[in-house]
Amino acid sequence: MSTATSERHDAAGHSTTPILELENVGKSYGNVHALRGVSLQVRQGEVTCVLGDNGAGKSTLIKVMSGLHDYTDGTMNLDGVPRRFGSPRAAQASGIATVYQDLALAPLMSVWRNFFLGNELRKGPLRTLGIARMKRICEDELGKMGIVVPDLDRPVAGLSGGQRQCIAIARAIYFGARVIILDEPTAALGVKQSGVALRYIVKARDAGLGVIFITHNPHHAYLVGNHFVILKLGRVVLDAHRDELTLEQLTTEMAGGQELAELSHELRGIDPGKVIEPGKVEHGQLGALALSPEELKAVEREEEEELRA
Amino acid sequence: MTATATEPSRGLAARDDRVATRPLAARLLSRPEVGSLIAAIVIFLLFMAVAEPFRNVANVGTILYGASTIGIMAVPVALLMIGGEFDLSAGVAATTSGLSASLLAWNFGLNVWIGILLALVVSVAIGAFNGWLLLKTGLPSFLVTLGTFFILQGVNLGVTRLLTGNVASADISDMDGFGSAQKIFGSEVALGPVNLKITVLYWVVLTVIAAYVLLRTRVGNWVFAVGGDAAAARAVGVPVRATKIGLFMAVGFCAWLSGMHLLFQFNTVQSGEGVGKEFIFIIAAVIGGCLLTGGYGSVVGASLGALIFGMTQLGINYAGWNPDWFRTFLGVMLLLATLVNMYVKKRADLR
Repeated sequence: MSTATSERHDAAGHSTTPILELENVGKSYGNVHALRGVSLQVRQGEVTCVLGDNGAGKSTLIKVMSGLHDYTDGTMNLDGVPRRFGSPRAAQASGIATVYQDLALAPLMSVWRNFFLGNELRKGPLRTLGIARMKRICEDELGKMGIVVPDLDRPVAGLSGGQRQCIAIARAIYFGARVIILDEPTAALGVKQSGVALRYIVKARDAGLGVIFITHNPHHAYLVGNHFVILKLGRVVLDAHRDELTLEQLTTEMAGGQELAELSHELRGIDPGKVIEPGKVEHGQLGALALSPEELKAVEREEEEELRA
Repeated sequence: MTATATEPSRGLAARDDRVATRPLAARLLSRPEVGSLIAAIVIFLLFMAVAEPFRNVANVGTILYGASTIGIMAVPVALLMIGGEFDLSAGVAATTSGLSASLLAWNFGLNVWIGILLALVVSVAIGAFNGWLLLKTGLPSFLVTLGTFFILQGVNLGVTRLLTGNVASADISDMDGFGSAQKIFGSEVALGPVNLKITVLYWVVLTVIAAYVLLRTRVGNWVFAVGGDAAAARAVGVPVRATKIGLFMAVGFCAWLSGMHLLFQFNTVQSGEGVGKEFIFIIAAVIGGCLLTGGYGSVVGASLGALIFGMTQLGINYAGWNPDWFRTFLGVMLLLATLVNMYVKKRADLR
């Protein structure tokens, strides 16, 4: 453990060779090409942000890197050696840990069982679970995330989305030796917890990990990112270092860049205010007027159901 | 385990003051086996009150024997349900096992022990086949094992009639190795006034081992995970396929144990035996707190469920009630126990 850490720091000064490198990687599901010619480099001590809208191929990219799916074109190099991961376990064994959007937690299992799932600590000749030790580590690691779970024996289903996210991130960082892939870690979080998650991303970077931060939020990406890659329809449309880019540029690129400019030009002649006759609409009433009483009830019912769920 | 969780100091960060520590009673009540424990006590007290022979200590052996024949299968079936799958073929698979041992030994003139070992291979292979087919096809286990249930039911009858011209296997009590095998699978020990069948020992040992594996080993953690969220489990590196197939093979192993008892208790096996048992095993597991959707449950609870069955079966007889009502009683028990489980868990989780 200690030797691995020192190697990281030695390398951090001149981390020119990427740990994980994708060269023209493509992935097809039958005749659907979800990824086409994607090249990506993940270096030690660097946060590589992958941005893209829904359907841009972000999830497929994660699945390829984490061993859930095999790629169909190109090569993926780990430390310069071409690799194919047959299973998530193989990817993990090679030091690639992933935090999934749906968190990869089993809802009815307790917090500490989820934390160590697949990496259980064992002790003694009978290989019994080292429960006390696992609970202590779990509590410490969650404490570092600034999150307190009152009872580690509680099922995670009873925790808030933010708490579950933190458990998943803390788990991946605790076990993720070299590369950590974060799939939209801030998407379900409030402002404060997003801040905590972003700070943890920086911590992981400073510890010498290569971080891949998948998001559709350019503001979050720009706060922590060193390198930015934007995906669109399975292709890389932008690949730039932080120096070459401002937040405004990134946001514009992310929002569609040139396309958006064209779109706004196209729509210039339209005055949105004229959609409904001015005399009939008063400000603040539009929402209420637009829904009939039955529709309002239906919305309320849906909201209640969501709450109950 | 619970003692460490009540410790007031909690690491680096401050406590969230919206959350109070849950009282010990609430934590105990939120355990899955609580409903079956309450039900077992109530039924025990009921029959103690109304059935005179139930109070006779000598009958304890008979009651435990009835419970053990169900419990031996309810334990692996509960594990399988926690792992998110059903096995409807478990009842007839036991018969298949008994028949294989007996028919193989008798037809080829083998030592009984060789028949027993071959039956073990057959039983575990049936379990592995169930698991393999399930994972290969992606069909729900309800359908896959319903298929094996009917296949085995037909094979049991067909093969037995083909080889013996009869619906039962031949009596093998005069064959080599029968005596020693009967000691292992069908003997009885007298403890004071109580005669205990060896199946009671197997039942208790299986319960202890299974509960230990489930709660204290890595494999147990995987069982909960594959039942709770198989995709999540796979993503963190849990070998989902191996775990599920292993669970089916464990059911196969216990079906073998159960089948060997059938054979050496009666020296012959009826080929139509075992139909309908599969539901009793599942009901015992559900009474014991296993969720039908997987990911939650208890082995000890399933054993308590089996005990409830044993007590009810004989209690109704001892009380002089009409045994026609046994099944009705079971149905009511099942509903009550699951409702109690749900209610108690909800209350305990809120506290």
